[in-house]
Amino acid sequence: MIDHLPVLLVVLPIVGAAVPLVASLYTDRAGWTIALVTMLGHAALAGLLAREVRTGGVLSYAVGGFTIPYGIELVVDGLSLVVVLLISAITLGVLAYARHAGPHENTFYSQLLLLVTGLTGMTVTGDVFNLYVFLEITGLAAYGLVASGREASAAVAALKYLIVGTVGASLYLLGVGYALAATGTLNMADMSEKLAAVGYDSTLVLTAFGLMVGGLTVKVALFPLHTWQPDAYANSPDSVSAFISALVSTVSAYALARLLFSVFTVEFLTAVPAARWALIAVASVSIVAGSALAVSQSSVQRMLAYSSVSQFGLVIAGFTVATPIAVVGATVHLVGHAVMKGGLFAASGIIERETGATTLGGYAGMGSRTPLAAGAFAILALGMVGVPPAIGFVGKWYILVGAIETEMWPVVAVLLASTLLTLAYFARLGERLYFAEPTIREEGAVADGGEAVTDDLRPPPGRDPSNASVSTGMLVVVVVAAVLAVALTAAVPALEQLLTETLPPLLQ
Amino acid sequence: MTVDVLQLDLLTSRYNYYAVVLLLGIGLYTLIESPDLVKKVIGMNIFQTGIFLFFITLAYRTGASPPVVTDGGGPYVSPLPHVLILTAIVVGVSLTAVALALIVRIYSEYGTLDEDTLEELYYD
Repeated sequence: MIDHLPVLLVVLPIVGAAVPLVASLYTDRAGWTIALVTMLGHAALAGLLAREVRTGGVLSYAVGGFTIPYGIELVVDGLSLVVVLLISAITLGVLAYARHAGPHENTFYSQLLLLVTGLTGMTVTGDVFNLYVFLEITGLAAYGLVASGREASAAVAALKYLIVGTVGASLYLLGVGYALAATGTLNMADMSEKLAAVGYDSTLVLTAFGLMVGGLTVKVALFPLHTWQPDAYANSPDSVSAFISALVSTVSAYALARLLFSVFTVEFLTAVPAARWALIAVASVSIVAGSALAVSQSSVQRMLAYSSVSQFGLVIAGFTVATPIAVVGATVHLVGHAVMKGGLFAASGIIERETGATTLGGYAGMGSRTPLAAGAFAILALGMVGVPPAIGFVGKWYILVGAIETEMWPVVAVLLASTLLTLAYFARLGERLYFAEPTIREEGAVADGGEAVTDDLRPPPGRDPSNASVSTGMLVVVVVAAVLAVALTAAVPALEQLLTETLPPLLQ
Repeated sequence: MTVDVLQLDLLTSRYNYYAVVLLLGIGLYTLIESPDLVKKVIGMNIFQTGIFLFFITLAYRTGASPPVVTDGGGPYVSPLPHVLILTAIVVGVSLTAVALALIVRIYSEYGTLDEDTLEELYYD
């Protein structure tokens, strides 16, 4: 059984996803328990996998026993291990949150487990077409989850997400076609050797790179292609926004990194500076534009969504710099961002349930009314800005050091500017939370005057106003996220060691 | 002169690729330009069909037989892209199904499928 760990990680949630549907014949409330049991199993498998990788190094698994370059290969190295553990942990957190916050339907938990299947599959696969299939499974489950909001606007947001996401995935598939034409193989390791043999300046290889990377940047939501993302995050139920914002773009960014290091390799980036600079340009524009858009939002959840556009720019810039230290930094920031952004969305959900505040104006003075959630929100926001000792600082610092080492001065400038921009929108929010007069009155009172008030009293889209209570589980999730945002810093040396042990072949 | 002949040859013999480019173009244009949500989904399907045709064209070899091993042997058409596209078609069908389900819900809530009208209602 221990030999089959990588494939079990994918099989378990997909089987688990079918169970709630069958259970619907008897009860409509069994979904949560089934999802919890499945995810505990997933976490246990991920733990075993961690032990295997730490003792035995990179793990390779031939699906169905087919000889490797022909059959599908699953590969687990340090980088994918970190992402698998992240998926397990975040999903358990989301389940703790959704226990009370809902949605409670069985179908919701089926989709949640399908999403976990897709994400885990994308993480462990070593085959470019298999990656496409899991990308689409992830997409399909995510579209369904976004649409699970009760308001009609959720369906519009989901359809927008579906159309843009499908174009992205299709471009990736077209890129796979070009790569297949150039090399005749789909296995990542095999393809990277054959791409080198074909020659990095070949038109086929360059087109394949452009299409595959371009398709994935849609899924990561980098700047010009991010348009689906704010609507999807802001219109879905709390649990879904926390889940999707923490994992979907994160795993897509991981897939992009995998493509850069395992398929095209760093030699390609060195041999074709135009490709590297194009990607760095997209990432840099994304950092600046995402922050600028975030500053101009009045809705807190939309602000958080645009902040993701900017932070993923940072992660992709780190991966493209591609020195060992920058890659460690980008991975740290990938994990840190997932924990912090998920926590921020969960905290914003709690603040909304307790006070009804959803906008910047509404957050005024709420610090004393929901001390725990607002405190966690403030810590997570500071972590995102990169205040030491939060994990956000370590990630940015490593990427910065990598960029300075390789003398990529434009990246250095954008990185430093981005910290200021992030501070611009989060500091404003913190100031409102703690140092401004409330614009929303206590429970049930009709609020007096002020534009923000009329905004805040309207039931926000995608939320069920009748279900406005907060459970201990939800608060615990948010507090744990805030604690992790600081405590994970202590795990960085271990992560660095794990990555330097398994990454060198990728970074030679 | 040889270059000219070669290009003429390309123009007359690679019509599959023109079909691919045409389908991709028509699909993407419909998807972006049409205000009708159903037509957008049709555009998405045409776009994907272009990609399917691209893969199938890749597999083709002049004079090759279908990839069923027989006594005769000889060059076979590559079966790999066929299998990939079989999977991609299934994915495409599921995407269309989800998209249409969402469209049904949008229509029952807003009573319109026109993107511009929807935009006004959506941000209202």
